[in-house]
Amino acid sequence: MTFAANFSLVLPEVILGASALVLLVWGAFHGKVTPLFTGAAVLALLGAAVAAVVGPHGHAFNGVYAADAAATYAKVAIYGFSALAIVLGDRWLAARGDQKFEYAVLVILSALGMGVTASAGDLISLYVGVELQSLALYVLAAFRRDDAKSSEAGLKYFVLGALSSGLLLYGASLIYGFAGSTRFEDIAAAAHANHGMGLLFGLVFLLCGLAFKVSAAPFHMWTPDVYEGAPTPVVGFFAAAPKLAAMMMFARVLGDAFPDSVAQWRQILVITALASVFVGAFAGLAQNNLKRLWAYSSIANVGYALLGVATGGETGLHSMLLFMTLYMVDVTGFFACLQALSRDGKPMETIEDMAGLVKHRPGVAVAMTAFSLSALGIPPFSGFWAKFYVFGAAMGSGDVLLQWAAVLGLVGSVVAAFYYLRLIKTMWFDAPEGAVDKPQPIARAVGFVAAAFSFPIVLVALIWLDPAARAAAAAFGHA
Amino acid sequence: MTGLLSLTTFAPLVGVVLLLGARALHGDNARTDTLAKWIALATTLVTFALSVVLVAQFDAKNPGFQFVEDFSWFAGLHYRMGVDGISILFVLLTTFLLPICIIAGWKSVDKRVVEYLICFLVLETLVVGVFCALDLILFYLFFEGGLVPMFLIIGIWGGKRRVYAAYKFFLYTLLGSVLMLAAILSMIAIAHTSSIPALMTFKFAPWLQTWLWLAFFASFAVKMPMWPVHTWLPDAHVEAPTAGSVILAGILLKMGGYGFLRFSLPMFPNASELFQPLVFAMSAIAIVYTSLVAFRQTDIKKLIAYSSVAHMGFVTMGIFSGNAQGEQGAIFQMLSHGLISGALFLCVGVVYDRMHTREIAFYGGLTNRMPWYAAVFMLFTMGNVGLPGTSGFVGEILTMTGTYKASTWTALVATTGVILSAVYALNLYRRVMFGEIVNPELKTITDLDKREILIFAPLIIGTLVLGVYPNLVFNLTASSVDGLVGAWRAAVGG
Repeated sequence: MTFAANFSLVLPEVILGASALVLLVWGAFHGKVTPLFTGAAVLALLGAAVAAVVGPHGHAFNGVYAADAAATYAKVAIYGFSALAIVLGDRWLAARGDQKFEYAVLVILSALGMGVTASAGDLISLYVGVELQSLALYVLAAFRRDDAKSSEAGLKYFVLGALSSGLLLYGASLIYGFAGSTRFEDIAAAAHANHGMGLLFGLVFLLCGLAFKVSAAPFHMWTPDVYEGAPTPVVGFFAAAPKLAAMMMFARVLGDAFPDSVAQWRQILVITALASVFVGAFAGLAQNNLKRLWAYSSIANVGYALLGVATGGETGLHSMLLFMTLYMVDVTGFFACLQALSRDGKPMETIEDMAGLVKHRPGVAVAMTAFSLSALGIPPFSGFWAKFYVFGAAMGSGDVLLQWAAVLGLVGSVVAAFYYLRLIKTMWFDAPEGAVDKPQPIARAVGFVAAAFSFPIVLVALIWLDPAARAAAAAFGHA
Repeated sequence: MTGLLSLTTFAPLVGVVLLLGARALHGDNARTDTLAKWIALATTLVTFALSVVLVAQFDAKNPGFQFVEDFSWFAGLHYRMGVDGISILFVLLTTFLLPICIIAGWKSVDKRVVEYLICFLVLETLVVGVFCALDLILFYLFFEGGLVPMFLIIGIWGGKRRVYAAYKFFLYTLLGSVLMLAAILSMIAIAHTSSIPALMTFKFAPWLQTWLWLAFFASFAVKMPMWPVHTWLPDAHVEAPTAGSVILAGILLKMGGYGFLRFSLPMFPNASELFQPLVFAMSAIAIVYTSLVAFRQTDIKKLIAYSSVAHMGFVTMGIFSGNAQGEQGAIFQMLSHGLISGALFLCVGVVYDRMHTREIAFYGGLTNRMPWYAAVFMLFTMGNVGLPGTSGFVGEILTMTGTYKASTWTALVATTGVILSAVYALNLYRRVMFGEIVNPELKTITDLDKREILIFAPLIIGTLVLGVYPNLVFNLTASSVDGLVGAWRAAVGG
């Protein structure tokens, strides 16, 4: 492959990188955020998604970078949801008279980082992607710098994120030391020949770092605080695209670099997954702030997705990809609804704020009920299908450990059911609080579409999502 | 005619769309509410008519599934529907009770009427779907989806402790169901199919059957409900609005019994045989213990709720007896209980609507003011006790006959349940109906009005006709039940 041919494989990322720089200069000189500017940012992300779909498949730069079906699948989702985050965030900031052009640029940069991790074929490209994504996200968390909570969220996220990056890097250096290469392909060959203590030691550190990024227990501590403090649309963004990107990292590292060490990493992942499910379920019971509550909900959901990763192989990764896709729609929709709601200009963020919501805003209340039921895993909502795939993969794996983990995970979902029901109960059974402001139209529309996807669109959408994800899952392990 | 089954299942959703349309056009006012009630009633009547057509076209000699529809979906799943002799009557029972439920709430429900009706129509679709689904996941979809409308019905239109009862109902049932989901997923993984007819002939390894049976049992035993996991039921009944109680006792409980017949027995025959003593013990305890508990209740609705648990004990006993009498009796008992307990909850609703209390001690001497009501209540009390001539008798005698063949001791204990049911039911009747009116508030209580007579009439006819001519049911169920029993015998070598 000629050097120039490599660039056709990384075209989506080239588009994003160039757009980010152009938008940065545009913003710096122009200063104001116009609809044209936001539109251009959205267009850049959508363009990158299209480029990922139509672009060729292959390995670029001597295997450092993989453009395969898995990367395409993840990128379409990541870039799509990032574009949505730009629109939602723009409206939210506009309502507060706080529009800054850096917002769109930062989202694009973090999306670029996520795209790179999704395509990583090498520890170094993985790390570069992770850092680019994380640094942009730290700033986004602290985007409302005059708000103490937002600044706190950013700082907390940064300090703990830096620690986890250190763990990740340490693990990567150990792996490099024992495998003699940073390329996943070579690591897989070295692990196949002899997965000694050194490699495993490195893998454990790497997994710890990744578990932090995906906010799996016991590395979840930052999540509730960051979710509570960060601006609502940013939280909606955090909970969706970066989670899929981090899951892709798991899949890349484990599926591409350590496919033969299943027995070793499966134990770690199963324990992490179950810990996440139960931390998310039990700690969520005590929450009153909806953003914190959904932080714990996301911890629990990450646990389910990790169960899919732990199953491994094509079925397991297929289930994880579908789980994350369906989950992303739900969580984006939920935070869009949350963002749309306010009372006397103040955001409604606690469960009590939602009392009798169905009286004042029946549409939003129905949408939020759909998201809650979906998160609860009640059929026919999309969350049920997400669980159907993950638990189906685990039950079908033939591994007793995974089967019991699936049963325990399902029991954990019953515990979590309590807090989802509490939200539904508050919206439907309780006496209404005061009137609710007119919802922000775009955020509400996003919420409605997401709710319609959750049910009934999902029943049709899965007919083509299912094979798409299967093709993506089949791409792992060919680094 | 293909498509009839789906039409019956989803017809209520058309009503939902109409209701939403009416609401959007007319706004939220009393006129819309009245219109909505008529729309809902018409929808449920049309659905009932469709299911009658279904029964009329049903070929009773064919033991297999009929009206089968099969479309490929995704991930190897199918949209597969069909009914056999076991399920078709449950479809009919559901569509029969729904119009009655709608009329029962005609006056007593005055807030959020449109939402109330939507909940009932959605519930109807889901329940009919449960009985028609021939794909495991499709079944689970309908089975589990039914929790949500019922949660809302109890939680929004229920009594004082409605939130507690709604939570308890939901979480209890959900815990059972997720275990069943785990079993369903592993069955699909092992058999590589989610088709119920295919799985009924698939031979699972005996050790595996044990686990799967337990997981399904967790779900159906809660739904049924069997002692000792019945405690959600009295709470749910007491707090639910009258029509909610009718649906709950009349139909939702039957999903448990139907599950045993459709899944536990044919798919895990060896495990069913293994656990037969357990089920018998639990059933016998349920019959005696909950009858005694019922006797001590001070709330009419709670008493009837406990009596439901006791009657369901006969059903589980009959199902696991493994012979034709037992199965036939169990199916019959479920249908008959659907009519009788539904009617009894409606009876409670009649006095509750007037006096807003269900305390037994509050009442007394109602025969003086409400002769028609007394007569109706008497009929259904007798049906509940199992008086020959009512449908209650047929189910009880058959399940006991069937059980007697399998376990004499269990049948012996169960017979005491018949006596105990007479004790609590007649005691209730005496305290509410007979004597002089002591409570001055009752001096002006009025007898049944036309609407109430209208809802009781079909139930009275059903109870008496089935009691006198039970072959109406047996003709439809016989060949399917014979197939079920034959397969079970072949599998366990009995």
